[in-house]
Amino acid sequence: MPLLEVDRLQTHFRTPDGVNRAVDGVSFHIDKGETLAVVGESGCGKSVTAMSIMRLIAEPPGRSAGEIRFEGKDLLKLSEKEMRKIRGDDISMIFQEPMTSLNPVLKVGRQIGESLRLHQGLGRAAAEDKAVEMLRLVGIPEPKRRAGEYPHQLSGGMRQRVMIAMALACSPKLLIADEPTTALDVTIQAQILDLMRDLKQRVGAAILIITHDLGVVAEVADRVVVMYAGRKVEEAPVNDLFADPKHPYTRGLLGAVPKLGSSLDGEAERLAEIPGIVPSLKKKIEGCVFASRCPDAEDVCRQFAPALEEKAPAHLAACHFSNRDAAEAAA
Amino acid sequence: MIAGDQASPEDVEKIRAGLGLDRPYLIRFFEWVGQILSGDLGTSIFTNMPVTTMIAQRVEPTLSLMIVTLIIAVGVAVPMGVVAAWKADTWVDRSAMAFAVFGFSTPVFVVGYLIAYVFALKLGWFPVQGYKPISAGVGPWIQSLILPSVTLALVYIALIARITRAAMLDVLGQDYIRTAKAKGVGQRRILFVHGLKNAAVPIVTVIGIGVALLIGGAVVTESVFAIPGLGRLVVDAILRRDYPVIQGVVLLFSFVYVLVNLAVDLVYVWVDPRIRY
Ligand SMILES: Nc1ncnc2c1ncn2[C@@H]1O[C@H](COP(=O)(O)OP(=O)(O)OP(=O)(O)O)[C@@H](O)[C@H]1O
Ligand SMILES: [Mg+2]
Repeated sequence: MPLLEVDRLQTHFRTPDGVNRAVDGVSFHIDKGETLAVVGESGCGKSVTAMSIMRLIAEPPGRSAGEIRFEGKDLLKLSEKEMRKIRGDDISMIFQEPMTSLNPVLKVGRQIGESLRLHQGLGRAAAEDKAVEMLRLVGIPEPKRRAGEYPHQLSGGMRQRVMIAMALACSPKLLIADEPTTALDVTIQAQILDLMRDLKQRVGAAILIITHDLGVVAEVADRVVVMYAGRKVEEAPVNDLFADPKHPYTRGLLGAVPKLGSSLDGEAERLAEIPGIVPSLKKKIEGCVFASRCPDAEDVCRQFAPALEEKAPAHLAACHFSNRDAAEAAA
Repeated sequence: MIAGDQASPEDVEKIRAGLGLDRPYLIRFFEWVGQILSGDLGTSIFTNMPVTTMIAQRVEPTLSLMIVTLIIAVGVAVPMGVVAAWKADTWVDRSAMAFAVFGFSTPVFVVGYLIAYVFALKLGWFPVQGYKPISAGVGPWIQSLILPSVTLALVYIALIARITRAAMLDVLGQDYIRTAKAKGVGQRRILFVHGLKNAAVPIVTVIGIGVALLIGGAVVTESVFAIPGLGRLVVDAILRRDYPVIQGVVLLFSFVYVLVNLAVDLVYVWVDPRIRY
């Protein structure tokens, strides 16, 4: 049994000008100890997916349907109280904004210790000791002194380390990291990724990492889910995805499709621009969600939504033409 | 003026000399400051008693009234504002805020008479008027203070509750609240530990500012409930043109106000580690 199974998850927001289908029927799973990356452009529903798993979507305006099975239990059916026991203990989360994600008026040691006190019933002193231990683990020098400091006394990179320490304090089975490195500068990014990889091995947690940085994906992920406009359009083991992307959107992301009038000096870009904009999530989309921006779209794409098909072993894509395109690309 | 309309020029001269009004004002000012610093607020023109003695006799009721009011107001208003923010835009929030508008826009004496009518005259739960010193026992003391304090607290509750709600609404939308929820922290802890401490600076500020309001309100409340406190003293002194007494009480009120604001600044440092002086 996989650790987590997200099954036809739909999270919709009611807004004054219509229903926003932020996540519209997404399914995927994560095995124990595995690292799954979710990639996609801004606004495609990655964070909403993560927040839905944590059940942190405010209702109203949001509403999640489908099933999210964690160790076989449907999280969407749990009471708020049962869900609170899982948050921070079995599943924990780190966020994109290290500068604002820590409480400015509480000492960091106390913030790390809080989950320990809540979930493991540790006393104040024991929690404090364990917090210092966690700070040491995430590579913060002078952890004892730092534990007594407030977030504003720490740099961005250190704060993100504190967030990681906090998330890992109770040895979660699943760590959700929503763009954990986006707000950091490049050298710190690399350090944080190293840290996450290292800790994953020690703690044995599965990781769901959300990012739009394909460099990050290549470095840490075992498997990748590509999302577009609230749907999953492709899923594959990381090497297969980079070697042979089946969906035109993924190829666009990878820059495999040469852009008109770009690459003057032929330098490879990390994330290629795809012309056009993401369609409004407030209208029902007929046909393929990517048709309006797809370079290879034909009439059939605008009329019928392609089903997710297994195009290669363990490699799913939702495209009418992916086999043909792959053949052409190979030719 | 003090001697009345029919005073002869000689009487006026005599009073002026007695009050030292015939000497240069700069000298008089420094003498006055010197006296205050040595704890002498002068002598009442009307009773011929030292002003400090008169104030000392009246301090207890007013201080009791203000402290009990403060406790009631903060104890009711802060939770009310927090819950209103948590339940923002529901009927809970709307009724709390409607109550706040009502409390803020109804004059103290109207509320006072209404409350006295219902709870003292009709229900007979509390004395209608008067004040029992704390030396007469804590029970009677509190009983004599409940109605005036609630009356006085109403405006104050309205003010604090509104500010608390606004500050909490802002805080509850912050990223660190989301982090706390992701840790599995319960709702009550989110509100009162993670939320309230962050919202504390504006709340404490308004509590400090509100003390001025409280001083003004105390004067009216003491009249309505016939409490022999400083408010009554100053009202009587104004009616009698007893300037040394007026001056003394005003000076004391200003001093209290300054002290409260100093305390507020100290509380800032305590609640928000980013503030340093
Ligand atoms: N509370 C909300 N109310 C209404 N709409 C929301 C809410 N939260 C998210 N959305 C909408 O859901 C959609 C997906 O947002 P989401 O934050 O998941 O994108 P994302 O893929 O994480 O993007 P990014 O890379 O910028 O973080 C967006 O259109 C957004 O406007
Ligand atoms: Mg996001």
